[in-house]
Amino acid sequence: MDTAFFFLFNGIVYGLLLFMLSSGLTLIFSMMGVLNFAHASFYMLGAYFAYQISTHIGFWPALIFAPLIVGCLGAVIERYGLRTVHRHGHVAELLFTFGLALLIEEIVILIWGRNPMPYSVPSELDFALFEIAGNSYSAYKIFMMLVSISMLLFLYGIIARTRIGMIIQAALTHPETVDTLGHNVSRVFMLVFGVGTGLAGLAGVIGGNAFVTEPGMARALGTIVFVVIIVGGLGSLTGAFVASLLLGVIQTTAVAVDVSLADLVATVGITTSAADANDLMHKTLSQVAPILPYLFMVLMLISRPRGLFGTRDA
Amino acid sequence: MLQVRDLNAYYGKSHVLAGIDLDVAPGQIVSLMGRNGAGRSTAIKAIMGLVTATGSVRFAGAELIGLKPHQIAHRGIGYVPEHRDIFPSLTVRQNLKLGLKGGRPARRWSIDELFELFPALEARADTAAGVLSGGEQQMLAMGRTLMGDPDLIMVDEPTEGLAPLIVTRVKDLLLEMAKRGIAVVLCEQKLTIALEISQRLYVVGHGRIVFAGTPAGLEADPSIRREWMEV
Ligand SMILES: Nc1ncnc2c1ncn2[C@@H]1O[C@H](COP(=O)(O)OP(=O)(O)O)[C@@H](O)[C@H]1O
Ligand SMILES: [Mg+2]
Repeated sequence: MDTAFFFLFNGIVYGLLLFMLSSGLTLIFSMMGVLNFAHASFYMLGAYFAYQISTHIGFWPALIFAPLIVGCLGAVIERYGLRTVHRHGHVAELLFTFGLALLIEEIVILIWGRNPMPYSVPSELDFALFEIAGNSYSAYKIFMMLVSISMLLFLYGIIARTRIGMIIQAALTHPETVDTLGHNVSRVFMLVFGVGTGLAGLAGVIGGNAFVTEPGMARALGTIVFVVIIVGGLGSLTGAFVASLLLGVIQTTAVAVDVSLADLVATVGITTSAADANDLMHKTLSQVAPILPYLFMVLMLISRPRGLFGTRDA
Repeated sequence: MLQVRDLNAYYGKSHVLAGIDLDVAPGQIVSLMGRNGAGRSTAIKAIMGLVTATGSVRFAGAELIGLKPHQIAHRGIGYVPEHRDIFPSLTVRQNLKLGLKGGRPARRWSIDELFELFPALEARADTAAGVLSGGEQQMLAMGRTLMGDPDLIMVDEPTEGLAPLIVTRVKDLLLEMAKRGIAVVLCEQKLTIALEISQRLYVVGHGRIVFAGTPAGLEADPSIRREWMEV
């Protein structure tokens, strides 16, 4: 039971990180109708910028500056790239973000090389805060949880309570009409894109050192984030939230469980030959963990194409 | 105050507006009539900057062609879309507040005054606007645009699908706007209220003006009504 709690904790930390990406991606998709394939690239940039800044002036300034730089970069890319491409339709936009993802990956390799960066957890937080039943809870993971929760609450407050939040909500359904009321909707789009990419950058700052900072990180996380928004339902923030936590917990738990199908059937009294340990029956859950999200997505698309909370077809 | 000359607009290759001329004076109610698909909605969208158009649209002495809708709104033109486009997740009050430009209160209208004109909206001020009836949504859409204090308001098919009693309320509001010095451009398919309240009427057919004159002039010309309007 205590161990289950430990997995749940790690799953939630990872799930919240996923939500920091999937929420921005969802908001951008709902507003502009474009799936930003480069979204996780901003996560990667957040991690690399934070590493670079922290080697000079330390982790804490990096926590502030890296997401700001990433957000500004995102806003500039929206203003001078995406907005121009937008006139040529959604396919052109999709291809643009796809190209952007490849471009960012190559630039990262060019500057920092292919090897993982020695970007590590700040020493102030690199200890076990407490221990339950032999599982130690790292202070940094708790810090990650606090950062993501407070950031998400802050943004929720802005969207639910401020005038700019009202304009964003209105522009989700009727952007042209909002413009005819005298609000510069293009500027709102740029702001949302900037904040969304900045949030992905912040996730990179706190996730890059907890996990890994290397050129493949955008691709690896990007795929999972797409699974999240498809499972949650394209365009639904609630869906993105539920699916982020769900996939976070599933992934974190699965990699740690050494149970195979053969073990499961053994519990009901059927024994299988142990001779061929390489067949599917004897693969442990941790070994099949990487395919679980995709399996989940495919099953979801078959049984419920709109996703858990979606209103439109994927 | 509004002077449109040789307005042309295209959707892809189809020439939807083929040279429209319109004139609207301050405080005047002017109606654009015509069959479904004639080009009335496109004409007011082009004036509002929602559709790319060529020609000239002069308002209060300045050229509007090429400006963005939000810039045109700040010049003093209001627009109420055909489908009302209520923001469903926001409350009635929040919908109205979004009509304010930069948060400034309107000179001619206040939220309280609008609520006085529409008690039904006041009763639902703090509920999500998505649940309003068609008539209430129309009132809210017009109220929202009025909060931005336009000198000219363009309203697309405000009586479409509404019960006769509500149509009268819409008519009263349009007259109230004119009384406060706002010029009104009204798009209607049926003659229901247009003949009663307009000082000037235009009939649009296949993207051109096929009649321009007064309500009396239109009534005296049954051939126009037969050929270019719903009977
Ligand atoms: N978004 C659009 N794309 C292509 N054609 C359109 C579009 N909107 C309107 N049209 C066409 O333009 C013509 C004029 O439409 P509209 O201005 O809506 O007419 P009205 O308001 O008089 O009914 C119609 O033939 C209509 O089919
Ligand atoms: Mg129309």
